[in-house]
Amino acid sequence: MIKNTKNLQKKNILSLEDVSISYGTFEAVKNVFLNFKAGDITSLIGPSGCGKSTVLRALNRMNDLIPNCSLKGTVLFDGTNIYDKRVDPVEVRRRIGMVFQQPNPFPKSIYENIAFGARINGFTGDMDQLVESSLRKAAVWSECKDKLNDSGYSLSGGQQQRLCIARTIAIEPEIILMDEPCSALDPISTLKIEETMHELKKNYTIIIVTHNMQQALRVSDMTAFFNAIEYEDGDGGKVGYLAEFNSTKKIFNSPKEKTTQEYISGKFG
Amino acid sequence: MNSLYYQKKLSRNVGDKFFTFLSLFFALIAILPLIYVVTYIFIKGGAQINSDLFTLEPNPPGDDLDAGGINPALIGTLVITTIASIISIPVGVGGGIYLAEYSKGGPFSKFVRFGVNVLAGVPSIIAGVFIYALIVSTKILFGSMYSGLAGGMALSILMLPTVIKTTDEGLKLVPNELRYASLGIGASMYTTILKITLPTAFRSIATGIVLGIARAAGETAPLIFTALFSYYYITGFGDLFYEMGSLAVLIYNFALEPYDAQNKLAWAASFILVLSILIVNIFSRILAAFTEKTKRV
Repeated sequence: MIKNTKNLQKKNILSLEDVSISYGTFEAVKNVFLNFKAGDITSLIGPSGCGKSTVLRALNRMNDLIPNCSLKGTVLFDGTNIYDKRVDPVEVRRRIGMVFQQPNPFPKSIYENIAFGARINGFTGDMDQLVESSLRKAAVWSECKDKLNDSGYSLSGGQQQRLCIARTIAIEPEIILMDEPCSALDPISTLKIEETMHELKKNYTIIIVTHNMQQALRVSDMTAFFNAIEYEDGDGGKVGYLAEFNSTKKIFNSPKEKTTQEYISGKFG
Repeated sequence: MNSLYYQKKLSRNVGDKFFTFLSLFFALIAILPLIYVVTYIFIKGGAQINSDLFTLEPNPPGDDLDAGGINPALIGTLVITTIASIISIPVGVGGGIYLAEYSKGGPFSKFVRFGVNVLAGVPSIIAGVFIYALIVSTKILFGSMYSGLAGGMALSILMLPTVIKTTDEGLKLVPNELRYASLGIGASMYTTILKITLPTAFRSIATGIVLGIARAAGETAPLIFTALFSYYYITGFGDLFYEMGSLAVLIYNFALEPYDAQNKLAWAASFILVLSILIVNIFSRILAAFTEKTKRV
């Protein structure tokens, strides 16, 4: 009960209001209302094709890069609709960073991987220190400290992914979006990244898409369950929607919706 | 039950052997012209190589038995290809960047891609005639007619499609994840292209440029209409506005002369031209291998 009141006091950092996203004429997800609280880890779960990754990419306008993708509704960040015509998507992405499914370090040295983002964001402080602190926060410093000048590709998959997290941290965003960050990794690397996320939670708001329900349960405070239903005209196409959004505990222990119950118990998905 | 051992006489094995040898045979026939041409030129031309060749002007045919050297043509080829590169590399790389990074597959980019493909198939003589009509016959370049500059422009038209295509395709090979990574940490499109995508695609773009140069350097037809030919040394910047010799046109002119001395000069020029194109091609391979290695560290 006490925890609940604490949750209420946290401010909404990002809100989706009646958001529908389409690729061309195909509607991927519709009528989503969702509030992300500052300092929380929120996970988005659901079966394939329910639009959870689409929603995540909409949060920092990465969908702009996909041809024909359009969004209706408002995404409020810091009191501004980030889909307002006057908004510069580059600025949005500087404040809402993203970590991708596949580790994608730049073909540069480990040091440069971190320094690149900071430099283009006009960082003027001590770069060595920033590189070290970013790598420490992403829990990959001990593995990297002796080979900062080696290529980012010389690291293992899990280390690369933590390098990518460090790279995102280095630009000091307010929110970090993670699109299935562990799906290409082995269990031990996954565990390390989850530990990293717990550390990051102190300073950042994290929104993570995951296929792994155990991961959602382990790392997140809030969970949004997305599902897909067939169109009413019944031509076989599916449209995603937000089925249930609540604290992770409630979603996993006493879900309100029957589909949520079925999904988390592995009956479909 | 059939034995599991390989049986030579089985019809499928006989057929297999036959077609293997057949394809090998055709492959040999296919490279035969290359080997023959290169060997012939190396033997005929290699014998004519001496230091005078690189330093002297060619003598007008029929004057005496000594043909002189090919210095003006050698320098001319270098100058004309350099001019062609200066024009076509920025335009081509810029166009390629637009196609691969900025255009969203709309009608304009489709039109440009189609145009580039057509341009790649245009016979080189058309490029020469075009520049002749545009520059030479109008005397638009400070009153000069045939000039090295016009020759460079004609060759740049031939280089352009190669450069655009290789840039476009090289950039398309860069994984999108890399672009997303850069944009996802707040880099602008411009920074992403300049610092991430272009360096990653550098290998294929550079290879394309080098191959474009190699192709342009050996072209004759466009130069006959634009740069024409000159017997005299290139001495200064002003010579750009006058007729300029080149190896390709020198071969064309002297190979048809009835005098033996000029014919020999043409062989020597052929040797140097083929050798330098070969070297440029090998260089592009080395460049490719080298950047590949550094990328995978």
